[in-house]
Amino acid sequence: MTETKPLIEFKDVTFWYGSTEDQPALKNINLTIHEGDYVALLGLNGAGKTTLQLCINGVIPNSIIGEFQGEVIVDGNDTFETPVREMAKIVGMVFDNPEFQLSQMSVGEEIALGMESLGYSYPDMVKTIDEVLEIVGLTGLIDRSPFGLSGGQQQRLSIASALAMQPKILVMDEPTSNVDPIGKEEIFQVAYQLNRERNMTVIMAEHEVEVMAQYANLVVVMHEGEIVLQGTPEDVFSNVELIQNLGLRMPQVAAFGHDVEKLGLIDLGGQYPVKLDQAVETYGPLFNKKAG
Amino acid sequence: MEPIIKVENLWHIYPTGNVTAVRDVSLEINPGEIVGIIGQNGSGKTTLVKHFIGLLKPTKGVVYVNGKDTAPLKVQQVAANVGYVYQNPNHQLFARTVRDELAFGPGNLGIPEDEIEARVDQAVKFFGLEDFLELHPYRISFPLRKLVGMASVYTMRPDVFILDEPTTGQDNITTQTVYRLIKRLRDEGSTVLCVAHDMILLAEVVDRMLVMRGGDLIMDGTPREVFSNHEIMSSTHLTPPQITTLSLKIQEKYQSFNKTVLSIDEMVSEVQKSSQS
Repeated sequence: MTETKPLIEFKDVTFWYGSTEDQPALKNINLTIHEGDYVALLGLNGAGKTTLQLCINGVIPNSIIGEFQGEVIVDGNDTFETPVREMAKIVGMVFDNPEFQLSQMSVGEEIALGMESLGYSYPDMVKTIDEVLEIVGLTGLIDRSPFGLSGGQQQRLSIASALAMQPKILVMDEPTSNVDPIGKEEIFQVAYQLNRERNMTVIMAEHEVEVMAQYANLVVVMHEGEIVLQGTPEDVFSNVELIQNLGLRMPQVAAFGHDVEKLGLIDLGGQYPVKLDQAVETYGPLFNKKAG
Repeated sequence: MEPIIKVENLWHIYPTGNVTAVRDVSLEINPGEIVGIIGQNGSGKTTLVKHFIGLLKPTKGVVYVNGKDTAPLKVQQVAANVGYVYQNPNHQLFARTVRDELAFGPGNLGIPEDEIEARVDQAVKFFGLEDFLELHPYRISFPLRKLVGMASVYTMRPDVFILDEPTTGQDNITTQTVYRLIKRLRDEGSTVLCVAHDMILLAEVVDRMLVMRGGDLIMDGTPREVFSNHEIMSSTHLTPPQITTLSLKIQEKYQSFNKTVLSIDEMVSEVQKSSQS
């Protein structure tokens, strides 16, 4: 594998929301993310996932008051020295509750909002709005009210608004936690396509471990402000006891592999399938004894 | 056994926009049943269950709770028997402290003070709310606030417990508390209706599933029957738990295997059976 230049680097980052006497929200974070990575951030509520994400667009340390140590470099910019409005051209953010993010009278105006503040010309805006609506599959809804859309559509609109700034990085904080199954499917599909087809770097905090194991190439597990595991889904989900002790769920097919290996019914060398197709291949023969 | 909830040809048409939210639904739920209600947003799940507590009245048809037609009853008259935990706790909580919130329901039902205190203490331990009792419910995190919503209905000891999306926005730790709650309600003989998209939760705790689509009740069966019905699952865009899908895919590949599992433990015992044969 060729070594590419990192797109995002956290170097010994520690952050306190209050004073340094309190528990830090982030502790000694070291993390390297490359262009085109799909990163899954896992952890309980309060583990530091959102705080870490807010460091990527520079809202921490520039807009949120606290104590910040270390360094975050994003696409060559030190976030400590770069204005948040500059970072907004590199990093798009999508939060868990679309209603907190949406404010305008129409879908088109919602997308134009960020571009206006960056001084785009009108023809450029119109062209970009059409492009991003097509990417997220909302073509034809340009004049609709954002508040009349379904939850999944609202989140895709949030993604479109972020894409309008032509970012290299899309940061998503539990984007599916307030939508129904169709909406989830839509959001995961859009994020996956952006990553695969446009080489967008995606950093997603999510509780849906099975979906994350399917899509992410880098899984980062956080606990009480620290990164406790990072690696490929296969590597991270081989640490079954640690993950379960942290109170996190394993992908069901991997947890199953661990259980049958413990009973001596299969030897997987401590590495478990994390994707459904792999699991069917690996475990199928266990159930075919009678025919064989 | 008399059903605790009986629905006869229920229609609900919202006056604004003439949307038919529930179309000609009939069903019976027996005391002690644990029932999951699934379907996309807008399929009529919440509209249906709101009739069971009298928050909505039928446009056509009849809903009986404990043998009584709910149409002439006020919410307060139904609420003694039926507890409803809102999906969004902000729609439910209003007291100044978590403690007051938990004591309000039973107080309203005229339960004696010492009994209320005992129930609050028990709920606090069960839901792990010891550190938050004197705080305003809005000062605690959203997942904990949802647990407070459940706890404040639990202290009323309703015969029927309705949970609307109890695990959305929760992490695995608070989700485990929801599992324990449903299992405890089962042991205590309560009837539980759980509206949810969380198939892993439902697979492990419910006996029966009602599937709604576009206002229609399109299936009423066990989780095993529902999950193995391809047409129902794909037309509602619902995905079974991953371990269930694994068992279905292995069935497709090896005809000698024919068990639809609902949990990891069930799948493990299938391997054990297969290795012994």
